[in-house]
Amino acid sequence: MAQQIYWEDVTEGMELTALVKEPTTQQLVKYAGASGDYYQIHYDKDFAAGNNLDGVILHGALKNAFLGQLMTQWMGPEGMLKKLSCQYRGMDFPGQTITGKGTVTRKYQEQGQNLVDCDIWLENPKGEKTTPGAATVALPSR
Amino acid sequence: MTTQASFLTEEMRQQAIGLEGPPTTTEVEKGAIIKFAQAIGDDNPVFNDEEAARETHYGGIIAPPTFLRSVDSSRPVLPFDFPFNRRLDGGSEWEYFEPIRSGDRITAVARIEDISERTGRLGLMVIMSTVTTYRNQFDQVVATQITTGIAY
Repeated sequence: MAQQIYWEDVTEGMELTALVKEPTTQQLVKYAGASGDYYQIHYDKDFAAGNNLDGVILHGALKNAFLGQLMTQWMGPEGMLKKLSCQYRGMDFPGQTITGKGTVTRKYQEQGQNLVDCDIWLENPKGEKTTPGAATVALPSR
Repeated sequence: MTTQASFLTEEMRQQAIGLEGPPTTTEVEKGAIIKFAQAIGDDNPVFNDEEAARETHYGGIIAPPTFLRSVDSSRPVLPFDFPFNRRLDGGSEWEYFEPIRSGDRITAVARIEDISERTGRLGLMVIMSTVTTYRNQFDQVVATQITTGIAY
């Protein structure tokens, strides 16, 4: 089981543990099956080309899932994810490494909960933030 | 690609905003949770391993944060058709209230929150935000998701 991070250990400005993902076309097919999203731009190269795309692209919702993993990995088994949002600003392609990153922007207590807000994003190999977002987690206290 | 300058009228916006789709209910199967976790490449035991998950405060497997993408929801039917058929997903905004466990019966209701149009790099496009509310069998709201869909 992953190590637990406690609210006391968190400081504003600290970086989250990065998450490195290596999506493949096979993963896109698995995700299509698991999610029920069968839009062809995610697995049919010709269909994607007909939509003016350079190839099949990652499901936005799969990138959303990577950001979810970034947060659940960081907050540990006793953390609770309260909010998770992202915008799909740039396309991501299978065969390219995607790195999930984040920083803590605010640490506060509200209604008896120890909360942490984070800016999060996915980066492509050029370092472009294709998928910026934000998250709020509740963490246990020592 | 369309060359139209404008499509959406104020009357159409008012017709669309607030429209709800019919509720749809899905039973959450443990196998579906594990398959979803495997598809996204997340090996966290709390999403994959019943025995390990029992030792956590959840007491069993729970669904990963975006699992609800796999749960059926019926889009509200608009009283008009878009003059274009390409779609892009603009983004997603989740709020979570209760964990989702295997065996839960999740009822989803989708409601159109806003619709607007804009001319961008891809020409004229319609942007629609839909809020989906997910309730469990105890009538607790487990999560809400606001999605932004783009048609162009």
